[in-house]
Amino acid sequence: MLALDKVGKTYPNGVHALERFSARIKPGEIVAIIGGSGCGKSTLLRAIAGLDRASTGTVTLDDAAITAPHAKIGIIFQEPRLLPWLSVADNIGFGLSDLPADIRREKVDRALARVGLADKAKAWPRELSGGQAQRVAIARALVPQPEVLLLDEPFSALDAFTRRDLQDHLLDLWKDTRPTLILVTHDVDEAVVLADRVLVMRPRPGRLFEVININLARPRDRASPLFENFKRHVLTALDRSLDRNIPDADPKSMAGEAMWW
Amino acid sequence: MLHSSARRVLAMTMSAELPVTRERADAIAAPPIPARLRRYARPALGLLLPLGLALFWELWVWLGYSNGRLVPPPTKIFATVMELAKSGELTRHITATVTRVGAGFGLGVVAGTILGAISGYWGLARQLLDPTVQALRAIPSIAWVPLFILWLGIFETSKIALIAVGVFFPVYLGVMGAILAVDRKIVEVGRIFRLSGPAMIRRILLPAVLPAYVVALRVGLGLGWMFVVAAEFMGASEGLGYLLIDGQQLGKPAQIVAAIVIFAILGKTTDWLIEIATAPLLRWQDAFGRQSGAA
Repeated sequence: MLALDKVGKTYPNGVHALERFSARIKPGEIVAIIGGSGCGKSTLLRAIAGLDRASTGTVTLDDAAITAPHAKIGIIFQEPRLLPWLSVADNIGFGLSDLPADIRREKVDRALARVGLADKAKAWPRELSGGQAQRVAIARALVPQPEVLLLDEPFSALDAFTRRDLQDHLLDLWKDTRPTLILVTHDVDEAVVLADRVLVMRPRPGRLFEVININLARPRDRASPLFENFKRHVLTALDRSLDRNIPDADPKSMAGEAMWW
Repeated sequence: MLHSSARRVLAMTMSAELPVTRERADAIAAPPIPARLRRYARPALGLLLPLGLALFWELWVWLGYSNGRLVPPPTKIFATVMELAKSGELTRHITATVTRVGAGFGLGVVAGTILGAISGYWGLARQLLDPTVQALRAIPSIAWVPLFILWLGIFETSKIALIAVGVFFPVYLGVMGAILAVDRKIVEVGRIFRLSGPAMIRRILLPAVLPAYVVALRVGLGLGWMFVVAAEFMGASEGLGYLLIDGQQLGKPAQIVAAIVIFAILGKTTDWLIEIATAPLLRWQDAFGRQSGAA
């Protein structure tokens, strides 16, 4: 269980990026965090990853406070961030340096095959397309088998086809070990395709505005009326989140389990 | 954010097209003989101008349009080199110069690397050290010569010190700048995988810094060759710089040009050695030069 308790962040330059964000995320759950720019989505994700410490509040994973990067928490960034001096295989095995070489190679080979890049093992990152590079990044993050995988707008730099392909691929990979996925996105379609729960945030300072459960069986049909319906829900919530006349929901009721409206 | 993503999409479409063109290029270059020819043709093209000029001058003097006294023709320069080589003089001079450059380069690289790494890695050290180093850099290094002679004597030590000073600054700046320029995003990958300090240096910083370091070494070596001449002008009894001075004082232009040509050959060769030695470590680089070289 990943618990976010009144997480807030004020940067040294005085920017109040995030305020009292609370959520409890069950193991294996897929949560999408959506909101306009400047609503603290990435700040929140970096706090969960342990890259930046929250100024107030706590992040705990199974009762262990997260203040620094944690072995059970992986992250995929918007850019693949592959190490250009390592081959694709060595990039995927980057987080496995503690393991003996033969076990590492076996895991890397399996991961390469799993993301469909077995023929690229010896290639340099610069030789990959954007979609391939991001698949390597996904493999690198999944190979150490994290319990929580954070994704910071992972597909936003890709073209529409590749993005859909990778969304489906991500769900497929997720089924292997069912880690918790927390996905920051600004793509409503992506949120509704992937998530069990969509957290809508509002900006200045970033805070939780609304929680929308997506009660749709997988695989989800992007063209179905129900899917459209959920998308409209999320879009309406996003519009409302930007309307200053609508007050925040009561923070006490937000701290608990998901709301259903 | 939007801008960078747009650029990425653009890069994507470009890289999606790339394999096609590369395949087409392979198809064209499929017969091995033209490809090999082309590989040798390129350096040959670079030799065309100097060889042409040399040939022209040789003919010009041979036809009697010039007496070639101040600008000796290539055959005379070659004869001078052979004469020096036969008497063993040439080996002695080259050994002296190469030894000085080697020692000065080694010292300068070690000092520049260590101080540059400290300055780049540790902010406080940079604030303490860097202004002083930058101020010293502003001094034309030849200005140290009188002082070095007073301090270290007229013999080898002062010469090596001068070369080391020349090599130090580009290496120091290169290492510091490279460390400061390491992509924070890549360092974050290291943090996510919880690398320890030494592991972060070994697995992230060193490889990231290497390309700029190689460039710094090559610039430093170039300056080393420059400064060895200055060092040998200040009273040497052997070395290629001595050959220059000796040729001037005794009115032997062929000897001067011969020394200059040997300098050129040595400089190019040592630079090439660095390039060859580091090439396997930099194979991953997406260098523009290589792309255009492969095309």
